[in-house]
Amino acid sequence: MSDQLAIRLRGVVKRYGPITAVAGLDLDVPEGTCVGLLGPNGAGKSTTMRLLTAQAIADEGKLEVLGFRLPEESKAARAQCGVSPQLDNLDVTLTVEQNLLVFTHLYRIGRADRGAAIERALQMANLVDRRDTRVDKLSGGMRRRLLIARALVHRPRLVLLDEPTVGLDPQVRQELWALIDALRAEGTTILMSTHYIEEAERLADTVLIMSHGSAVAAGPPAQLVAKHAGREAVEVYGPPAKLAETERACQAAGLLTRRTGTSVSVLGVEDADGRAPEGERRPANLEDVFVLLTGEEID
Amino acid sequence: MAVRSTSRGPTLGRLERPAITGVLVREIVNFSSYWRSSTFSSTVEPTIYLLAFGFGFGSLVSRVGNYDYVEFVGTGIVATAVLFSSAFPAMFGTFVKYKFQRTYDAILAAPVDTEELVTAEALWIATRTSVFGCVPMLVAFLFGLDPAWGMLAVPFIAFVSGFGWACFGISIAGFAKSFENFNYVVSAVLTPLFLVAGTFFPISELPEWAQILANLNPLYQCVELVRSAAFGWEGWLDLARLGVLVAFGLVMWRIAIHAMTRKLVD
Repeated sequence: MSDQLAIRLRGVVKRYGPITAVAGLDLDVPEGTCVGLLGPNGAGKSTTMRLLTAQAIADEGKLEVLGFRLPEESKAARAQCGVSPQLDNLDVTLTVEQNLLVFTHLYRIGRADRGAAIERALQMANLVDRRDTRVDKLSGGMRRRLLIARALVHRPRLVLLDEPTVGLDPQVRQELWALIDALRAEGTTILMSTHYIEEAERLADTVLIMSHGSAVAAGPPAQLVAKHAGREAVEVYGPPAKLAETERACQAAGLLTRRTGTSVSVLGVEDADGRAPEGERRPANLEDVFVLLTGEEID
Repeated sequence: MAVRSTSRGPTLGRLERPAITGVLVREIVNFSSYWRSSTFSSTVEPTIYLLAFGFGFGSLVSRVGNYDYVEFVGTGIVATAVLFSSAFPAMFGTFVKYKFQRTYDAILAAPVDTEELVTAEALWIATRTSVFGCVPMLVAFLFGLDPAWGMLAVPFIAFVSGFGWACFGISIAGFAKSFENFNYVVSAVLTPLFLVAGTFFPISELPEWAQILANLNPLYQCVELVRSAAFGWEGWLDLARLGVLVAFGLVMWRIAIHAMTRKLVD
């Protein structure tokens, strides 16, 4: 792992009228690592992604991508970045191969190398057999893989993945995880936004949890769990009245709790010395941290 | 930790050829999948106007000024074809690519700036217009318009006009909030300009104030330039007409870039 930073943001602010989408964000992405940007909808993840390609211009703060200052030098940074957007913007009446061909031109790959670049992207995305299929005939998972492959034709040093698996079946999501993991193994730097906790837990070396436009915690997933949610949790199930009572009692006893919808999770019970209620014991996880730090209610 | 600066490449300039080429390649590859419908709409409608006016009006009026009516309409119709193959596709195409296909988000994530994107899109539409613009004139050959060497300049005239109108259409798409906004532009701007361009009747029959205004109409200048190409150049006057078309193109180009930058970059 290199000690160079592929992305460095300091005090970045982005406002849309009265709404502050990004509110003083600091973000470091070391080269050769995969950083997960985790946060609920509206936390500012997508705006952050747009800032990194200068498709949104920050109102305040410093942004550097691959050593280039943004927004002034953004074009040079973009030449070495690959971007897979949250919303599919493939050319649907073109074939898989034509979509890739267009991007070899947009990313300025020389004539002699275009063919090889397309083959490599097809192979990474496991779409070699589908090269002549029109995009509107592909399944949702294939389209996603193509969207990512399209971002890789020019062997970018940095890949930005905005919600790469949103709305996909678990099986399809696993295929994409394998693809992203292969990319990691090649040493490509990845910044990936997601609101799927398992995705961040599996793929990210470090996770940055965003809430209301700024970072509320950052670190390797295991460290974040240990620091904020402890080692073990107890799940208490029951009717709403019982859950509310459990919550009150645990909070009075100085224990952290969070709701899961069907139960109350009591956190950090390994040090509870008998204060913990009866229930199912389980290891603490990143979801506990996520809900603790970003709030239980959706605004 | 230091931000790396060792292997950073050169910072890139404005209006670079590889960026413009990249956007053009996308359009050309896409054109292979929709050229039929696009060619149809850009050429058939002006041809219908030609036939309707040629046969309908032509039976009432056999001559306009020094021209047979078929010569008059057969040359003037180029401006109509230019408008239909540039302003309309630019307006609708830009809006669809921006709003529904999000194509521009994909392109701007690559090393392409809005200025290059708009320039390439306008160049592409202008290139198509240089071909589509001539089609109704070629049809008019069948009805008695005589070919002339000067007509070889018509694709060039259509290109220059088409560039301006493409930028006009991109600008409208850039300022529009929804598809419905286009109705105002078509009804209040394009239809009047297209009717008082001297295509179907000479503007010398219009009141004087309308004639003065018509001189500012790029479609009128296009019509006049095409007639000069077909029936004899008029020297400085034609250069002035070309000047109007070039100026229209340049002004619209900058407006289109401004409008799309506002739209595409938050």
